[in-house]
Amino acid sequence: MDVLDVARWQFGITTVYHFLMVPLTIGLSLLVAGMQTAWYRTGKPQYLKMTKFWGKLMLINFAMGVVTGIVQEFQFGMNWSAYSRFVGDVFGAPLAMEGLLAFFVESTFLGLWIFGWDRLSKRLHLASVWAFSLATMLSAYFILAANSWMQHPVGIELVDGRPQLNSIWALLSNSTVLAAFPHAIAGCFAVAGTFLVGIAAWHLARKHRDTAADDPDRKVWFASLRLGSWVGLVAFAAVAFTGDLQSKLMFEQQPMKMAAAEALCHTEQPAGFSVFAYGDVQRPDCENVKSITVPALLSFLANGDVDSEVKGVQQLVGEYKARYGENYPVDARLGELSGKPIDYVPNLPVTYWGFRLMIGFGAIAAAAAALALWLTRRGRVPRSRWFAPLALASIATPFLANSFGWIFTEMGRQPFVVAPNPTGVDGVWMYTAQAVSAGVTVSEALFSLVALTTVYGVLAVVEVFLLRRFVRAGVEGVMPPEPDSGAKPDSGDDVLAFAY
Amino acid sequence: MDLPVIWFVIIALLWLGYLFLEGFDFGVGMLLPVLGRDETERRVLINTIGPVWDGNEVWLLVAAGATFAAFPGWYASLFSAAYLPLLIVLLALIGRGVAFEYRGKVDSARWRRNWDRVIVIGSWVPALGIGLVLSTNVFGLPIDANGDRVGSAFSAFQWPALLGALAVAGFALVHGAVFLSLKTAGEIRARARALALRMAPVALLPLVLLLVLVQFGDGFTWTVAPIAVAIVAVVVALLRLRVGREGQAFAGLGVALAATVVTLFGALFPDVLPSTLDPAFSLTVDNASSSPYTLGVMSWVALFGTPAVLVYQGWTYWVFRKRIGTDHIPPVHVP
Ligand code: HDD
Ligand code: HEM
Ligand code: HEM
Repeated sequence: MDVLDVARWQFGITTVYHFLMVPLTIGLSLLVAGMQTAWYRTGKPQYLKMTKFWGKLMLINFAMGVVTGIVQEFQFGMNWSAYSRFVGDVFGAPLAMEGLLAFFVESTFLGLWIFGWDRLSKRLHLASVWAFSLATMLSAYFILAANSWMQHPVGIELVDGRPQLNSIWALLSNSTVLAAFPHAIAGCFAVAGTFLVGIAAWHLARKHRDTAADDPDRKVWFASLRLGSWVGLVAFAAVAFTGDLQSKLMFEQQPMKMAAAEALCHTEQPAGFSVFAYGDVQRPDCENVKSITVPALLSFLANGDVDSEVKGVQQLVGEYKARYGENYPVDARLGELSGKPIDYVPNLPVTYWGFRLMIGFGAIAAAAAALALWLTRRGRVPRSRWFAPLALASIATPFLANSFGWIFTEMGRQPFVVAPNPTGVDGVWMYTAQAVSAGVTVSEALFSLVALTTVYGVLAVVEVFLLRRFVRAGVEGVMPPEPDSGAKPDSGDDVLAFAY
Repeated sequence: MDLPVIWFVIIALLWLGYLFLEGFDFGVGMLLPVLGRDETERRVLINTIGPVWDGNEVWLLVAAGATFAAFPGWYASLFSAAYLPLLIVLLALIGRGVAFEYRGKVDSARWRRNWDRVIVIGSWVPALGIGLVLSTNVFGLPIDANGDRVGSAFSAFQWPALLGALAVAGFALVHGAVFLSLKTAGEIRARARALALRMAPVALLPLVLLLVLVQFGDGFTWTVAPIAVAIVAVVVALLRLRVGREGQAFAGLGVALAATVVTLFGALFPDVLPSTLDPAFSLTVDNASSSPYTLGVMSWVALFGTPAVLVYQGWTYWVFRKRIGTDHIPPVHVP
């Protein structure tokens, strides 16, 4: 293992881990804001209960989102210093803007929301949760703009061999981020919707502890289940629609990633969409690969036309070599790769299966949501024994879809960390192998990988333990023992309505 | 003044904001077992910073992010060269953030005791670590012409920088105690004040020594002035605390911190990260900065963003301005 491998593993692990918390926070916070708005408008206790219950789960999850985010912010400098030096002029700006314009709002207004139940007027308190929720989306926009720039560099000129920003607007309105943002946000709502469905279904099916009757908060669970299923279904439609937009961009911007997503070895016209392949997907010559294919579908997905040509890996390798070079530069910092031929083919099994698993797991989540809607039509409560455990299990699927989406996007970009823009400024790209910190030793990097991964493992156990506890306890676990109406804002020496 | 210099000043101000704000919440965490004699008292302490600690921590993220945007070379070289101390800081911050949120979520003495340990360690370690990294940055690191560290993974741990570690941690201790005397009611308040007075002479000594060391090593004639201000401010703060003017004492410590940051960054200028191998390799305000366009964009963002942040963060402190005492703490209600 060299520093490059370790740094890649660390980036992959920490980012995918961060992105387990992120979608739940983004999706759930908006739903909680909606629930609190319903309570503010109607005063119905079930909406307050929903706000408190789902809000508590969101907070348990949020804490982990924050602490894993700090690692992301630091590791660019720690592990990828050559990258940071090369692109800092461009890439640092959205990151700093994210901190200044989004993270401050997020953290401050969340503090106000948690501790402000008896300190703020109802209106301001409601405004706090909205400010928090919208700021999470704003932060998502900035970081996705940064990431999209790595997929498709725009808004730059080349000065002394380094990209320099010449239009922040071009960076923020990159066609890649305009498609990736709605796709990623819709993915977040798929997570939040399924989360509501799974937990609410379980509560609906459960007999209450003392009385063996249904849970007295049935209304809460029923409303949550319906809300979750609609959100999940709409999210899936949005994900499919925006994903299609992304495919079309990818066809123009990163043709190799497109070919890798399909493990398409030879150029085809029209090209079929492979649903399932068996045999050796690994080899870019397609020997031994058998695949179940829908004719012409790939041409349509890629270019909106059943007749277009889609280039295969083999032809693209030739084109990439001609355009971006045969060999890595001779440079001691590249280690073994110095002067060696560049392998332009991403890891085919990962990209091929990552793409399919993203879509497949998303489809399972959508099916679960549709089923839940059907079973609860016109106020019915599902009675079958398998419904609740299945709904609970389906919670995992959109999380998996998101992880595979990222793994596909990032691995499909290899060997580049900044992929070349075929129609952009010439000469702006960077190989992942050149991006890593030259001064850092393998032992430092390994220590960091092991320490962070261990801490993440332990914290995952703790988070799931706490979530389970609060989920089981239901509404009782989060409502104050006596009705909430007692505390007036700013009354003398009252007891805090919320304290750690 | 040109843009790189302005951004050097902005980054110094971001560090000042960070050390001032997170300084006291580190202090509260460090003093948890000392000033919190029973569970209710510990909850009082944690709730004084409950609504604000996360917002305070964002100052660190923005200081790092702004360095990335305005001085990519500085960000890249410092963060990769001071790898180990930063990693340890990260691990501690991870534990600390989760601990605040999770310690009260299970009603068990053992559960809380374990998280309390994480809070204490998670407050000491980053205070020490950030003090170390900031002062190392002033004394310099063995970086080559590319800005990459040459030599040992431990090169950030030199003894003058260890003094910097103690300086920030000692400051946080006193700052935290004064903050608690300002934000709590009853017996805890009296105890916090007495403790601040008692430990200040020892706890603030490393800070003064650090300033003197920096003055002799890298200082200019003018940096004597902020050092004098820092020392006077500390003395005034303690005198005001003695007569019970906690707010003025807190402000006095703020002035001392500001003077310290001015000294450290003043001594650093025009370098941003000196090389201990060869002054020719040092990163400077000019050779490590971003292009004028990027700095211009960032200036607009900062011009509109920063006042807004100050207003709503200030407002949060106003909303939660009340002193907290043991009789404000609700009973534990968790599953
Ligand atoms: C699509 C959304 C998205 C993506 C792709 C990322 N994040 Fe994230 N991040 C968020 C969405 C988010 C968030 C929803 O805004 C979080 C999650 C929980 C939270 O506190 O805010 C967050 C938290 C968060 C924090 C802590 C903020 C705080 O203290 O309040 C930092 C420093 C980062 N992130 C940095 C990053 C970096 C450097 C990333 C890229 C490698 C990254 N995030 C990917
Ligand atoms: C939340 C958003 C992101 C996710 C989920 C994500 C996901 C991933 C994954 C799964 C990998 C591992 C791929 C591999 O090991 O080959 C990876 C690698 C990497 N990503 Fe991303 N990424 C995200 C955003 C970013 C951003 C904003 C950057 C900006 C610099 C970035 C830079 C990198 C780098 C440098 C690597 C290591 C090189 C590599 O192996 O690809 N990623 N990312
Ligand atoms: C019909 C379904 C879908 C299609 C056609 C689709 C298409 C795509 C494409 C083409 C990309 C790569 C973009 C690029 O690298 O340029 C992508 C990325 C991604 N997908 Fe999907 N996707 C679908 C479903 C889903 C679902 C269900 C989820 C999660 C719930 C999801 C989450 C993601 C994520 C997180 C990324 C990486 C971030 C990004 O580039 O936006 N996708 N998707």
